[in-house]
Amino acid sequence: MSVLSPGRKVEKLDRLAELAAASADGRGVSLWREAARRLRRNPSAIAGAVILGIFVLIAAIGPFFVPYGPTETIGVANGEVRPAAGIIPGPSAEHWLGYDHLGRDEFSRMVVGARQTLLVGVVATLIGMTVGCLIGGIAGAAHGLGGRWGRRVDTVLMRIVDMMLALPSLLLAISIAALLGPSLATVMIAVGAIAVPIFARLLRGSMIAQANAEYVLAATALGVRKRRIALGHILPNSLAPVLVQMTLTLATAIIEAAALSFLGLGNPDPSTPEWGKMLSDAQRYLEISPGLAIYPAIAIIITAFGFTLLGEAMREALDPKLRA
Amino acid sequence: MIRLILRRLLQLIPTLFGLSLLLFIWLHRLPGGPETAILGERGTPELREAVRRSLGLDQPLWVQYGRFVGRLVTGDLGVSIQTHRSVWTEFGERFPGTVELTIVAMVIAVSVGIPLGYLAARRRGTWLDTLAVGGSLFGICIPIFFLAYMLRLVLSIELGWFPATGRQSVGINATRVTGFFVLDGLLTREWDAAWDALWHLILPGIALASIPLAIITRMTRASVLEVLGEDYVRTAEAKGLTARVIRQRHVLRNALLPVVTTIGLLTGGLLSGAVLTETVFAFNGIGHFVAAAIPARDYPVLMGFIMIIALIYVLVNLLVDISYTIIDPRVRVR
Amino acid sequence: MSLSTSDSATWVGATSAGARGANRGSRSGAPLLEVTDLSVTFTPREAPAVAAVDGVSFTVDEGEVVGLVGESGCGKSVTSLAIMGLLPRRGVQVGGRAVFAGQDLLTLGDAALRDIRGREIAMIFQDPLSSLNPVVPIGVQVAEVLVRHRKLDRAQARRESAELLERVGIPDPQRRLREYPHQLSGGMRQRALIAMAVACQPRLLIADEPTTALDVTIQAQTLDLLKDLVRSSGTALIMITHDLGVVAGMCDTVNVLYAGRVVETAERVPLFANPYHPYTVGLLGSIPRLDRARGDRLTPIPGSVRDQLPWPEGCAFAPRCDRRTDACIGRPPQLTRVVVPPRTHRCVNPVVPAPATLEEVS
Repeated sequence: MSVLSPGRKVEKLDRLAELAAASADGRGVSLWREAARRLRRNPSAIAGAVILGIFVLIAAIGPFFVPYGPTETIGVANGEVRPAAGIIPGPSAEHWLGYDHLGRDEFSRMVVGARQTLLVGVVATLIGMTVGCLIGGIAGAAHGLGGRWGRRVDTVLMRIVDMMLALPSLLLAISIAALLGPSLATVMIAVGAIAVPIFARLLRGSMIAQANAEYVLAATALGVRKRRIALGHILPNSLAPVLVQMTLTLATAIIEAAALSFLGLGNPDPSTPEWGKMLSDAQRYLEISPGLAIYPAIAIIITAFGFTLLGEAMREALDPKLRA
Repeated sequence: MIRLILRRLLQLIPTLFGLSLLLFIWLHRLPGGPETAILGERGTPELREAVRRSLGLDQPLWVQYGRFVGRLVTGDLGVSIQTHRSVWTEFGERFPGTVELTIVAMVIAVSVGIPLGYLAARRRGTWLDTLAVGGSLFGICIPIFFLAYMLRLVLSIELGWFPATGRQSVGINATRVTGFFVLDGLLTREWDAAWDALWHLILPGIALASIPLAIITRMTRASVLEVLGEDYVRTAEAKGLTARVIRQRHVLRNALLPVVTTIGLLTGGLLSGAVLTETVFAFNGIGHFVAAAIPARDYPVLMGFIMIIALIYVLVNLLVDISYTIIDPRVRVR
Repeated sequence: MSLSTSDSATWVGATSAGARGANRGSRSGAPLLEVTDLSVTFTPREAPAVAAVDGVSFTVDEGEVVGLVGESGCGKSVTSLAIMGLLPRRGVQVGGRAVFAGQDLLTLGDAALRDIRGREIAMIFQDPLSSLNPVVPIGVQVAEVLVRHRKLDRAQARRESAELLERVGIPDPQRRLREYPHQLSGGMRQRALIAMAVACQPRLLIADEPTTALDVTIQAQTLDLLKDLVRSSGTALIMITHDLGVVAGMCDTVNVLYAGRVVETAERVPLFANPYHPYTVGLLGSIPRLDRARGDRLTPIPGSVRDQLPWPEGCAFAPRCDRRTDACIGRPPQLTRVVVPPRTHRCVNPVVPAPATLEEVS
């Protein structure tokens, strides 16, 4: 070692630290592989993945194959649909799920609606995850690396997060939606906001737990720089729970978006169908045509269930305590 | 112990402050400006200007904030745009109904969830376990308002087993004492009134209970599973104690600790779920009122609701914290 | 704890007068506990089956102190759990017999087992902190055994609990009754557990590594307490440990386990003086000793527990044994019984073939 120049010594130390961390936490690489293996065998994971696959498939290419346009009010034009008289025809040969209250083909709307619903869910989750992880990541890093000042920053950030948690999720969404006025973007932001504190606490907690792990102590003792530790070791190892939470958040995002629509805070634009909106629109015609509510509801339930199954299976697969 | 309570109460203050600040900013940022909080979206520009001035909007922000906090502290939550009565009065009238509903939902969730979670853990891997786990995952995925719809449609309208709307049937003359209809009936010995009120609470209670039930089942199951693997349960078995003693004294007393904290935290979710459920059943509680306030842009009501919910939530958390120090001896002695 | 040959000679002289266990010949009747061919196989869901205990046989007489010795993973704890019926039902298969006072414990139902546990057979475990319920006061945890098996009422149970705590050497027992486990020190917790175990004067006590989790200074006190209680009440004791020093100080008979089978059984003195099985020799040889020269190197057993053959294919210890022969691989070595002095060993090439009569058994 004394033969090496100081610069190269540091490099060598870094490499040693990496090797030490990788082998001490030897499961560094195999965590993901082992988790993938466990997932493949888990029946609920498979079921969830299948449901999701179907959902994404329908959302992606479904709209190209629908028999009618989602906004064509055929039923009113040809007189078959007369909601005022209490007549909304149900499933038939030409209209597999019947008409909706405005005379549009329900089946086509359901298929096209998948896309919008998925979009809302994904964007909301991404918003929640990005903002949440940003806050949580900064808080966690500050706590571990910043000394006294860092811990203050962490405390302040967490107080803000706690305040967001002080409101039940739906109310938080309502208040934000009230501020922004009803629109598609509002729904995505409001629902995303619900997830922000969850991700923030999650990432922060995970980072702090990792920071106390022994392999970090080892790396620090070997002289690896703190920033390297934070970015190169702590962050990747903290990501597993974030992935799990993303999947679970997707499930609840769709449901909460539906709830917002039910309360009138959703996207007022009637052209693009979305399952949540379809469900809330259908409430007035429940006694005439309960199917109008049941179809989107079942679609929402099954999709959310699929995400939940997969998310829970992922959580079990990535749980280090369950390793043999 | 008292010192602990006082300390926690003190910690409350910055949170409440933060909340009031956020609310203030929220009010200010409402589309249409803060005068919307009083006028809604109506009024001629002159009227709005007059209201703005009366609100002291020409004053520096921190003065406005001070006045705002002052009003909050004295309980002045403003006047409802819809009904022109004070928000406080409106809430006062409707709060008991929501409380009754929340209690019923919580009772259902706990009395079904805990035994189910316990049994699922004890019979791990059996069909009961799979049903409990799958069912609770499923329960979280059902939108509450849809569940409320379906329950109402099938059990009320089609089958007629339960009343479809409201808190009390038309035609029942009940004397009002506290505003809690079931309690009132019991206090005034008007048994049919009490029974009728209870009957009205069941369907919305079930709908509202669905999510807490799912969560409590999962938590109990996970907690019991963890406790069952603990050494002290093995010691208890080695002592030859009866299954009942082991279950009550050793398993449940430890397993239920995290469940109790969860129950406290679930109250918030119950209150927001009430907004949806009450609407479906036209149940005259706060939730229904607030849901109607949204399309009506009745901001004083909304703000009042948010403030009250946040307060309740924070207080409940405090209670949970304190109760934890009472029931878990490890936390107590410091 | 170190031991030298001259020490063991002194021990014999000191203990044979008082110790019950040494007077084998004078005891009448069947052994208190007779374990025959006990086997425990774990069948986890996604992994191959593991035979943790693979044909273990030993006996315990009334009042005898029997040691089960071996490294971690040799199956000694699992053996005791199997005898008590404390193994989980799913994924576990138990075979063989464990006859206690005429009844085969392995065939008993739940209710019968619950009656026996705590009253006839009691057990104490390794980690006293995790073995105690953290949210229940100590007094209640002691009293519940009394209430369950001796049907005492609460007041009586409380009085007796205080007495029990005093007997195991816990100072100020009245105060301790109301305290919680986390308020006691490690040594006191283990004493409390011992109190719970002897509360109903069981005929057999099983101690699974009772001192491993304790400080060294407390270890000796705890072992003395156990020895005291057991001698004065005539309770038989199964002492499970990996520490030969503990064995030397307490046990009348020693069973050495390796890879789930008993490889040597002998009374204490002959075992320490003349170990037959190479594994026992290795164990004894690896203990640091005060009477050796300073700077002498320790002699560990080469390899590790993982370097073992499955028993059906030969002697499990063969890969690590320096006395390995061709006969050791291919078929498992059987038990060889020596009549005088009474001992058995499972080896085809033992260290010192005894001059006394050898007799091949099962």
